[in-house]
Amino acid sequence: MSDLLLSLALILVKLGLIFGVILGMAAYLVLAERKILGRMQLRHGPNRLGPFGLIQPMADVIKLITKEDFMPDQADKWLFLFAPGLTALTALLSFVVVPFAPPLTIFGRELPMVVCDLNIGLLYFLGISSLGVYGVVIGGWASNSKYSLLGAMRSIGQLLSYELAMGLALIPVVLSAKSFSLTDVVMSQADWPNLLKHPVAFLIFLVSIAAESKRTPFDMPEAENEIVGGFHTEYSGMRFGLFFVGEYINLVIIGSMLTVLFLGGWHGPLLPPIVWFAIKVLFVAFCFIWARGTMPRLRYDQLLHLGWKVLIPLALLNLLVTAAVLLAIG
Amino acid sequence: MGLWRDIKGTLQPFWVTLGYLFKKPATIQYPEEKRTPPPRYRARIVLTRDPDGNERCVACHLCSAACPVDCISMQAAETEDGRRYAAWFRINFTRCIFCGFCAEACPTMAIQMTPDYEICDRDPLNLLHEKQDLLIDGCGKDEEYNFYRHSGIGVVNPRGGNADETPPVDPKALVP
Repeated sequence: MSDLLLSLALILVKLGLIFGVILGMAAYLVLAERKILGRMQLRHGPNRLGPFGLIQPMADVIKLITKEDFMPDQADKWLFLFAPGLTALTALLSFVVVPFAPPLTIFGRELPMVVCDLNIGLLYFLGISSLGVYGVVIGGWASNSKYSLLGAMRSIGQLLSYELAMGLALIPVVLSAKSFSLTDVVMSQADWPNLLKHPVAFLIFLVSIAAESKRTPFDMPEAENEIVGGFHTEYSGMRFGLFFVGEYINLVIIGSMLTVLFLGGWHGPLLPPIVWFAIKVLFVAFCFIWARGTMPRLRYDQLLHLGWKVLIPLALLNLLVTAAVLLAIG
Repeated sequence: MGLWRDIKGTLQPFWVTLGYLFKKPATIQYPEEKRTPPPRYRARIVLTRDPDGNERCVACHLCSAACPVDCISMQAAETEDGRRYAAWFRINFTRCIFCGFCAEACPTMAIQMTPDYEICDRDPLNLLHEKQDLLIDGCGKDEEYNFYRHSGIGVVNPRGGNADETPPVDPKALVP
């Protein structure tokens, strides 16, 4: 009985820690993005509040909370209220299966450094990340605004074109790890990271999660200069804030997933595992910010073309070849 | 070759933006750093004095006539020797668009633009500059020009009061 309670307490502690860390990271990723984008455009970015603008996230939160919570006249009330929460919630839930360090042994008790080491962790991640799109779609639908609806439609089209390729790109990883558990996937990369073992799958997965994150160059669902704000056109205040935070939590999540699946997770020389994990996640996040500062937005049909005519055939071919090679070498 | 071009076109920009990341930002951090505007910059409007230290303005209303937003107003007056001056002179800087037409219209070089661009205020009433706010001790851009030295002070007597003149009449007057 006390064993069960202890496990429960440990899970709660881990949940709390992860919740805090992820939200803090999301807040400071916003600042980092604004600073880095600014510097790439020969500006300073926010630098007025505190040293190097470090208090800016607090000011943003205060601004978002005190703003008027606006709802369009003909909006579908409950769905409108529910959608931003769904986006932020699914983004947070994904992190449950991410292992950020090898299992620790304290007081003769094995303590896995992951909230819940599901044996179908990968499927859980795919499922939850697809659910996240519902927040966008429902929000766009419930706003009763043309721009929001267009954004929601684009988001569905986008989902259909990248999701399949993303799933297919993960199968080689599962094949070489012989498990769906993310901890096992990291364990299987002790010698070589999957980036070197499955470079094609890595590229396909990279493009897919870039589309999943709804950031430039795949930010058609929000496309400020075409459809105002896309799905969040009608949202304001903290509801918009939830969408916004969800996007940056998603950035952390996809950084972690890329790290876990392809960059070797916590494996690395010299530094402790958790530091390596953090470095890799932050590097991936930087790369996404970098891409936002570099690439223009793709046209809507270009992403569909890329997804259906390039990524999916390539992923299938890659799967076939990888499976054949793995079968040959046993 | 199309594919190679596309790959190059996708990757090369990343190198460019990375280079910009380490360049010095072009921003001028305004309250701490200030740019020196060029001498002919059009900002705060002043009323200058002639080399003798008298007001140059003769209240001819040409500036207020030229002003596209009607932000200049004044009341003309004359001293005993016939020299005209502005009894009061007001520029409404909440309306001024700093076009410089007033300075160009001025025949006596009295009204001039200066490069002092920091004239914001939270209270619009503080931007109503009266004559004492506008007058400066100095000649501004032209150190030598003195209008009255060229034109002479019109007349001591009223117009038409000299020996070979008749007094002015008002042809439209209906007074018997």
